[in-house]
Amino acid sequence: MVERDYAMEAKVEERPAIRVEAPAVPKKKEGDLPVEQNELKMKASDVNLWYGEKQALFDVNLEMFDQSVTALIGPSGCGKSTFLRCLDRMNDVIDGVRITGDIRLDGEDIYAPRVDPVQLRARVGMVFQKPNPFPKSIFENVAYGPRIHGLCKSKAEFEEIVERSLTRAGLWEEVKDRLQEPGTGLSGGQQQRLCIARAISVNPEVLLMDEPCSALDPIATAKIETLMDDLRKNLCIVIVTHSMQQAARVSQRTAFFHLGKLVEVDDTTTIFTNPTDQRTQDYVTGRFG
Amino acid sequence: MSSSEALRPVGTADWASDQAQRRVRRRYAADRRLQAYGIIAIALAVGMLGVLLASLVSTGLPAFLQTKVELPIYVDPSQVDAEDPSSGKYRVLVREALNKAIPGIPEDEERSVGKILTSDAAYILRDYVVSHPDSIGKTITLPIAVSDPFDQLHKGVIPKEMNALTWSQVSYFERLQNRGVVVEDSGRTSLKLDVYVNPAEIEAGPPPSGDFAALARNSLQAYLPDVFDSALFGLLADDAPEAIAQRVAADPGIIGKTVPVLFPVSPPVAELAKGKTPKVLNSRFTPEQIKVFDAMEDKGLLRTPFNWELFFNADSRFPERAGLAGAISGSFYALMVCFLLSFPIGIAAAVYLEEFAPKNRFTDLIEVNINNLAAVPSVVFGLLGLAVFLGYFGLPRSAPLVGGMVLSLMTLPTIIIATRAALKAVPPSIREAALGVGASKHQVMMHHVLPLALPGILTGTIIGMAQALGETAPLLLIGMNAFIPSVENMGLLEPATSLPTQIFSWADSPERGFVSRTSAAILVLLGFLVIMNLIAITLRQMFQRKW
Repeated sequence: MVERDYAMEAKVEERPAIRVEAPAVPKKKEGDLPVEQNELKMKASDVNLWYGEKQALFDVNLEMFDQSVTALIGPSGCGKSTFLRCLDRMNDVIDGVRITGDIRLDGEDIYAPRVDPVQLRARVGMVFQKPNPFPKSIFENVAYGPRIHGLCKSKAEFEEIVERSLTRAGLWEEVKDRLQEPGTGLSGGQQQRLCIARAISVNPEVLLMDEPCSALDPIATAKIETLMDDLRKNLCIVIVTHSMQQAARVSQRTAFFHLGKLVEVDDTTTIFTNPTDQRTQDYVTGRFG
Repeated sequence: MSSSEALRPVGTADWASDQAQRRVRRRYAADRRLQAYGIIAIALAVGMLGVLLASLVSTGLPAFLQTKVELPIYVDPSQVDAEDPSSGKYRVLVREALNKAIPGIPEDEERSVGKILTSDAAYILRDYVVSHPDSIGKTITLPIAVSDPFDQLHKGVIPKEMNALTWSQVSYFERLQNRGVVVEDSGRTSLKLDVYVNPAEIEAGPPPSGDFAALARNSLQAYLPDVFDSALFGLLADDAPEAIAQRVAADPGIIGKTVPVLFPVSPPVAELAKGKTPKVLNSRFTPEQIKVFDAMEDKGLLRTPFNWELFFNADSRFPERAGLAGAISGSFYALMVCFLLSFPIGIAAAVYLEEFAPKNRFTDLIEVNINNLAAVPSVVFGLLGLAVFLGYFGLPRSAPLVGGMVLSLMTLPTIIIATRAALKAVPPSIREAALGVGASKHQVMMHHVLPLALPGILTGTIIGMAQALGETAPLLLIGMNAFIPSVENMGLLEPATSLPTQIFSWADSPERGFVSRTSAAILVLLGFLVIMNLIAITLRQMFQRKW
């Protein structure tokens, strides 16, 4: 068995303490460009989604920008995860799902018949709620994506890409001596960072994160949040979260979903300090949800 | 209702009251009862299994040993042609060897004494000489199996002597003794019975004539009127009726009267009257055979080595030469066919149904039918095989190919169900993870889901195979219970038998030796099943991965 390296996990750089009181007011970081000046990466227009007879999304319009984190918040069952899964067509594999509307990645309709969902998922990576490394070695976990997409030829290339991905995911130092050990032997936080390394190993343009920290303790959560901040420098990140504090900390833009509808989307600061909609106001101040 | 009212407790519990205590006691008693039922059930199951195994082992164990005679045989060059050793007069050689080993066997008993050895003795010698041609002209010592009755005798399964009287005869005699009719008369134990000398049947003579035997029987019957058993008359000596004749000859005046007559009893009964248990030689043996057999034992010629022939010989009409090699290889071929057919087909079907099939009425129907197939009695599959494989396609009868095909019909549902369960048990997060990095459905399946499901699939497959190994009825229907006296011509299309059908035909055989061989064969079959299950467990543990 792999012993969990608690000492390693505890060595977190100084982070603001996680506040539990609402509303959380994010600070605009120095040097952040206004998000709208970034390139538009993904655009969803009039997205409706039905699970069989039941409609889960109603006319969702959302723009997601490059080099920024877009947070989707809202009460349980509001459709934010469903919407996230539309962005890499993960809903395709569920029976009885019907989607209308138009989702574009770099201006290209991802639901067009000639788009291969498998290639799309290489461009739009995903990290799930529960850490789900393959029951294989750490190396194999990261090398799997490049292998099936034929990104690497030689062993050296694989080693390079594994090291680069693990380094970007902030895990390299912790696992470089035990790459052949099973990924499932890592601690929860390490596993989730391994999953992130796996997702970025194929150089996606967009990274979708479905409540990536909800199964983790605060220290592991803090590490992942730092990591997201680093990753967004060359990625478009969309994150679903239940924690408004997390949304406030990591995102530049926040979208509030309620009952399958996108209620409001704006700069994170605006959403948390001066929302337009009463429902958003109630949610971010903790009056419901 | 105001809020203070709503918060007021409705039922107050007095945990110290008798009622509450009784409830607690009842609850504990119910818990204990439930446990006891379980323990009783397990004890019953284990007990029955124990009884089964004990009876199998106790009856089957003797079959793992075989009594043999180590007979020095002079391979006489005048009887065996060195050019063509396969057609020598081996029967003569064996008889001579026997005569030499145990001198003084009367000539007219030679035939019956020869039956101590297995009827295959000459062939054993021939096979040896054919494979060792340099033994011609030399004296070789060859262990030759003894025939079944002597094997059983040597192992103590059947006795040398048997009771001369049945227990009912003994009880009749005891009843006569209690009535005081058993007397000693001039050195012979006799029955003093009243006889009505019926004038309608007996002529005074001289010499007196009539059916004295019937008269004697009737008068004995009159003492035990409730007995209607001809064994009763076995108590009387053969010359008993003459006692009446003598009395009539001595005094013709007794005709028409009732007089006491002394009937001598048969020799075993006389012994019984002296308080001994009368014995006779087991009717399977002649005295001469026993004499020779005992002589062999005294000379140390008898051995009981481990019966390797049980595993390396094919079937035989003679239990001492019968083995399981034919059945084992037949089962092996059939199982191989069964595996090669049902494993890939089963996995492919299960993967399609579980991962790709649209959920509609038609696939539901297929699913229900597959589940029902698992419950179809195997004999039905046998009939199907008989009608389709043999009748329609004209495949050869008794062939392991057809047997394996029929068995695969049976194992397919098992494998499909096990595989689907194993695929279902793979956590969806693994599929999502693979899909998320851009794996295609095929890659998700082959790289992640199938390897994770493999332990379950293998376990299901091996359990299905184990079922197939023990299956008898379908194989009987397609005739896979052929008599296979040699393992030389085994093949997929040759007639064959299998372990369970071999057990079936041995159980049907009257020879005593097949009784223990049946149990031994069952033990061998169980042994194979245990081995297969061990393999299943090992494979499961080898491939098991945590997530």
